Amino acid sequence: MKKAPLLFFLILLSVVALVPFIWTVSTALKDDQEVFAFPPRWIPETIQWGNFQKAWTALPFTQWVINTIVVTLACTVGQMLTGSLVAYGFSRFKFKGRDTLFGLVIATMMLPGQVTMIPVFMIWRELRAIDTYWPLILPAFFGGGAFNIFLIRQFFLSIPNELDEAAMIDGASYLRVWWQILLPLSAPVLATVGVLSFIGHWDDFNGPLIYLNSPEKYTVSIGLRMFQDSYGSETNLLMAASLIHILPTIVLFFFAQRYFMRGIQLSGLGGR
Amino acid sequence: MKKHQPGRWGFIFILPWLLGFIFFTAGPMIASLVLSFTRYDLSTIHFVGTKNYERILFDEPLFWKSLQVTVTYAFFSVPLGIAGSLALALMLNQKVAGERIFRTLFYLPSLVPSVASALLWSWIFNADNGLLNYTLGLFGWGGVEWLADERYTLGAFVVMSLWGIGGGRMIIFLAGLQGISESYYEAARLDGASAWRQFRNVTLPLLSPVMFFNLILGVIGAFQVFTQAYIMTAGGPNNATYFYALAIFRNAFEYFKLGKASALAWILFLILMAITALQFWASKRWVHYEGEAKS
Repeated sequence: MKKAPLLFFLILLSVVALVPFIWTVSTALKDDQEVFAFPPRWIPETIQWGNFQKAWTALPFTQWVINTIVVTLACTVGQMLTGSLVAYGFSRFKFKGRDTLFGLVIATMMLPGQVTMIPVFMIWRELRAIDTYWPLILPAFFGGGAFNIFLIRQFFLSIPNELDEAAMIDGASYLRVWWQILLPLSAPVLATVGVLSFIGHWDDFNGPLIYLNSPEKYTVSIGLRMFQDSYGSETNLLMAASLIHILPTIVLFFFAQRYFMRGIQLSGLGGR
Repeated sequence: MKKHQPGRWGFIFILPWLLGFIFFTAGPMIASLVLSFTRYDLSTIHFVGTKNYERILFDEPLFWKSLQVTVTYAFFSVPLGIAGSLALALMLNQKVAGERIFRTLFYLPSLVPSVASALLWSWIFNADNGLLNYTLGLFGWGGVEWLADERYTLGAFVVMSLWGIGGGRMIIFLAGLQGISESYYEAARLDGASAWRQFRNVTLPLLSPVMFFNLILGVIGAFQVFTQAYIMTAGGPNNATYFYALAIFRNAFEYFKLGKASALAWILFLILMAITALQFWASKRWVHYEGEAKS
């Protein structure tokens, strides 16, 4: 393809990708009459910044955002810490059954969550942990998910072993090698795991839907669902509330983009 | 250094995963298999043999409906999604100006949380005031009840899924493309290969491992669509979006038929195992690993 038509086509596709965002922002800033105006106006006649405040205060979004940040950060820390620890075990040590176990890690990536959902729910119910954050947070501290282990291990394998050995000759323990040699060298992959983990838990709907009952404990995703039930007909407010949910992931992405893209690319090379 | 010690340490380091695997994966899998042979409503439990499976397979049209919905969706959304991601990656790989900006713009939709995405698309698909019908109206079409007319709903879901083609999968394809050595193309050009033949005989074979990986995970992902159906259509209209995962959720957490829901989950697991095994078998014909002798 020649460069100019290609460029034009790419611009067109970018517009298609962005239009749903623009439409959402535009709707969120209209008054309730203008939402249904025909033909639709892209730029509202008077911009209703107040919609965001209305949506935010109509239901306890402040509480929900705090809840979600707590759960999401806890999960992210858990996945990064234990994921890198497990990856260290798989990449730097030889022990009986290691390759079989690592094969199991990979196999669990293909396991649909629905198969384990019901018994796991029963376990938490037995532990009287329904309507608490434990079922949402604690699993993240058990290895941090197969994909993350795979990703970090892949990265560790690219770091020369001599660095570990040099540190150990100086008397460093294994834990110290992991913490002071490998982790600092793994910023791109840790950033990737961190961002993916944050976005994944920020997004999580199924978990909170099953485990949380009291509205004051809700996360934003199920809070937004409740908002849809109560204010679904007020489309402008619903779009404003949705933007509250969307914005943090986009902001985080822009901050971490540089590392993040590199990390994702590395993951693809692992697919070979 | 002693030779036995390190191994034990390695085992200790993977212990968090191993415990998680036992308590959150392997144990629950066995438990759900056992549950699938019972009737359980969170208070009483009875062993019922294979009754759940018999009922599901021979006495429940909704099961077949949900399977049909899910398979149809996967059949369209997975190949279209992979082709779309690959097409975007191919375009971005042409050393065009502003590649990084385009890459970022294409990536943004995949960052939108699923609930927000479902609400946003409900509004776009709105029959009277939605953006889609308005745009189609400019060309003299439109007036389609996207989410209320069962002929179109699944199509709307596929369209929505294509919004995310610029996500992680596209980035991985792009990395794969950038990793193909220019010398392959030079050799092909020396042999007089056209652009299409270069794509067909150099690019595709070298990308095939990545495509295979995406295909496997794509199918599994398509079988787990839940949030969109729960938020946008609640499985309707007339069960046109009664996705399999929604069927499991309803049976488990709304009707409290946990035994039956477990049987549904195990049927899903077996179906996915079969599909995945089939794909691995078929992959011998089209997936090429570098360094492997080609016939």
